[in-house]
Amino acid sequence: MVRISVREEDFEVGGEYRRLCSDAPGAGAVVIFSGLVRDYYDPGGGEPVRELRLEHYPGMTEKSIGEIIARAESRWNLLAVRVIHRVGALRPGDQIVFAGVAAHHRGEAFAAADFIMDYLKSEAPFWKKQLTESGGEWIATRHSDAESLGRWRETAD
Amino acid sequence: MLQIHYFAGVREAMGREREQIGLPPDVASVAELIRHLRVRDSAFARMFAEHETLLVAVNQTVAGNDQAIGNGDEIAFFPPMSGG
Repeated sequence: MVRISVREEDFEVGGEYRRLCSDAPGAGAVVIFSGLVRDYYDPGGGEPVRELRLEHYPGMTEKSIGEIIARAESRWNLLAVRVIHRVGALRPGDQIVFAGVAAHHRGEAFAAADFIMDYLKSEAPFWKKQLTESGGEWIATRHSDAESLGRWRETAD
Repeated sequence: MLQIHYFAGVREAMGREREQIGLPPDVASVAELIRHLRVRDSAFARMFAEHETLLVAVNQTVAGNDQAIGNGDEIAFFPPMSGG
């Protein structure tokens, strides 16, 4: 069972966890990750972020998340996957992304959640603009995110 | 017809989020469309010069310069993604 949502609305981790459990009877592990809006981003010189604006490409974004999950499913035996990505105006401390994976064992659940997050950050069409006291700036793909992706390429089957 | 979408910094530089153009007779690939738009449109030429890394999607799949395009296709221009 794969569920994907791209929406402005917030999510409730407890409810998402319970739904993953009921989507995956027989699962021995559920790994959930939730990402929060930080109060600073690079570049930006450490100036505090007032607001983060998330833009997406309706249609392509959902399709792209589905393809990332399908790739994860071809590498690991997954029983249920849930991805929520929020868009619109967010503030520091707000929940921005949720990735949950249910599997038979924790190793595959951890690995798949990590893999999905890595690709979500660099391949799904989302763009972040940070608004600070001195104006607005689009955030470029972080170097560390690109390096993180390299881990999966090296171990590709 | 081609549906062209612009996102994020590219949308801001273009001053619009989408447009529809007739398929120009000399355009059959992504590279040819970019060439056509750079000549036709000073906003596009400026945006293209400012965006070192410009990504293109054809029918909602990221595409290279050689990708063929034809009537009815949906083309999108955007900067590298920064989600998550």
